[in-house]
Amino acid sequence: MDNKKKTACGVNYDQYVHRKALTIVTLLILTFLTALFAISAGSADIPVAEVLKALFGFGAAKNVLVTVNIRLPRILMAIVGGIGLAAAGCVMQSILKNPLASASTLGISQGASFGAAIAITFLGGGTVMGNTADAVTVNNPYLTSICAFAASMFVTFVILGLSKARKASPETMILAGVALSSLFAGATALLQYFSSDVQMAAIVFWTFGDLGRASMQNIQVAAVVTIASLIYFMFNRWNYNALECGEHTATGLGVNVSRVRLIGMTVASLTAATIVSFVGIINFIGLIAPHIMRRFVGNDYRYLLPASALMGALMLLISDTFARLIISPIILPIGAITSFLGAPLFLYLIFKGVGHHAEN
Amino acid sequence: MLKIDALEFGYRSNRKILDHIEFDVANGECVAILGNNGAGKSTMLKCLNKIIAPQKGRVVVNEADILKMTRLDIAKNTAYVAQKSEGSRITAYDAILLGRKPYIKLAPKKEDYQIVENIIASMELEKFSLRYIDELSGGELQKVMIARALAQEPKVLLLDEPTSCLDLKNQLEVLKLIQNITKEKDIAVVIVIHDLNLALRYCDRFLFLKDNEIFCYGGMDIMTSENIGAVYQVPVTVESYQNQKVVIPLT
Repeated sequence: MDNKKKTACGVNYDQYVHRKALTIVTLLILTFLTALFAISAGSADIPVAEVLKALFGFGAAKNVLVTVNIRLPRILMAIVGGIGLAAAGCVMQSILKNPLASASTLGISQGASFGAAIAITFLGGGTVMGNTADAVTVNNPYLTSICAFAASMFVTFVILGLSKARKASPETMILAGVALSSLFAGATALLQYFSSDVQMAAIVFWTFGDLGRASMQNIQVAAVVTIASLIYFMFNRWNYNALECGEHTATGLGVNVSRVRLIGMTVASLTAATIVSFVGIINFIGLIAPHIMRRFVGNDYRYLLPASALMGALMLLISDTFARLIISPIILPIGAITSFLGAPLFLYLIFKGVGHHAEN
Repeated sequence: MLKIDALEFGYRSNRKILDHIEFDVANGECVAILGNNGAGKSTMLKCLNKIIAPQKGRVVVNEADILKMTRLDIAKNTAYVAQKSEGSRITAYDAILLGRKPYIKLAPKKEDYQIVENIIASMELEKFSLRYIDELSGGELQKVMIARALAQEPKVLLLDEPTSCLDLKNQLEVLKLIQNITKEKDIAVVIVIHDLNLALRYCDRFLFLKDNEIFCYGGMDIMTSENIGAVYQVPVTVESYQNQKVVIPLT
């Protein structure tokens, strides 16, 4: 957060900055408390005090096992995934000057689905398990993740390549993304059509999204990518603010607009592709988290980026907890839940709107 | 001091938009760029700080060719106010603070805030400085954009039709503000403007663009009915009213 100071012209900017900081701190606390609740809640309820003990290796062995080995990775993936998807969505919306920009709109998710479908159909990535909760699963997650990542990065580089030829204009990026999204969705449908029942079920299962799928190693990779990209985005927060004033104004303020757009898109897509390739398709977080926070902190990326990232983590944690608890022990697909909970919230924000005035 | 030397620009090599543009602007002087729609006024303004890179020529500010500078250095020497400002959900204070962007490395320093607050105080923007700029009126927004440009502490200020979306009161206010800034800050100001009478009232020198070239450049003496008629293809008369030249169309 940038330094604040006392004002000399009667404007209480300090108070304004404190309010923004308070919003971010509140989100941080809410995320932490939700994470604690999410670890404690489940088919085996563990009191929060026991959770805290178990996290440090104390308490009953069963609690340590459930908390550290089963629930903690899931919760960490929700936090990392939520932060990464929301931050990437936030930056994409700025760079492309389009409120609908996200990994799904730009074909990155569809590319990942296609990559996973290739792995499952041709490289033996899917199979049937005997467990009722996981009737179908992906039995070679590394291969599937690598293929999903490769395909989504392929989409990214095609979009960037086409855009570079047209001076990286937002319109070109979005239209290229929409075209590739349609292309890969069609290709995945064709693969499903020609695949066996088991393979098709595995493809569908993969696209549902599942936070429990990620191993600790996956989470570490996703965390490193997410933290690095968040640092990069925060470093460029003034550039994104300048872009909000228009391309020519940003150039006049010393921003190399094409470079900011191309590198920003690459980093945002890399982050989204990494997360999606580990956990499958999770809709709406990248789209809606920045929109919610815009209502509270405005479009200033100094505050919007960290606030959106935390809101993404909070939303994904709540959605996953909901998915785990609503008809426990069956875990509902997280992608469906984020869309299901996100859409009405999005509509509410559109029609109602909150926090319009910075002074309020 | 701003000196433009043999500037050329065209979107294609065989179709020049600007050809052999040469003029200079002294510090503390405001020059109006005049001409028909499509004459290349806005394009020329964007060439002056390399928003659009000219194919040939030099733009010299205090002995240094800004076309050879880095983008950040250009932003420290010239500030640009676009024809149409895009309102965003950032406060007027933060929009003005954005003018310090060329100087900000990791975060704004105390002096950056001080400069912003001095500008807010001198331009009397306090009452809406913490309002989002997408909620401001056209006049207020334009003043914020000029304030943001001033926060860049430029040697040259470039304004593209700053009064085109404003009512008469705001047109007069904004142009008076620009006139005061020009003198007080002793900077060179280039302003693209359509209203000849406003140009006559607030600018020191005038440059007519016609057919991609400078038609004529000079002080009040070039603001004649012949020159204006030749550039705009409209018969006009130039009269004097309270020691002020006024252009009256005759059609």
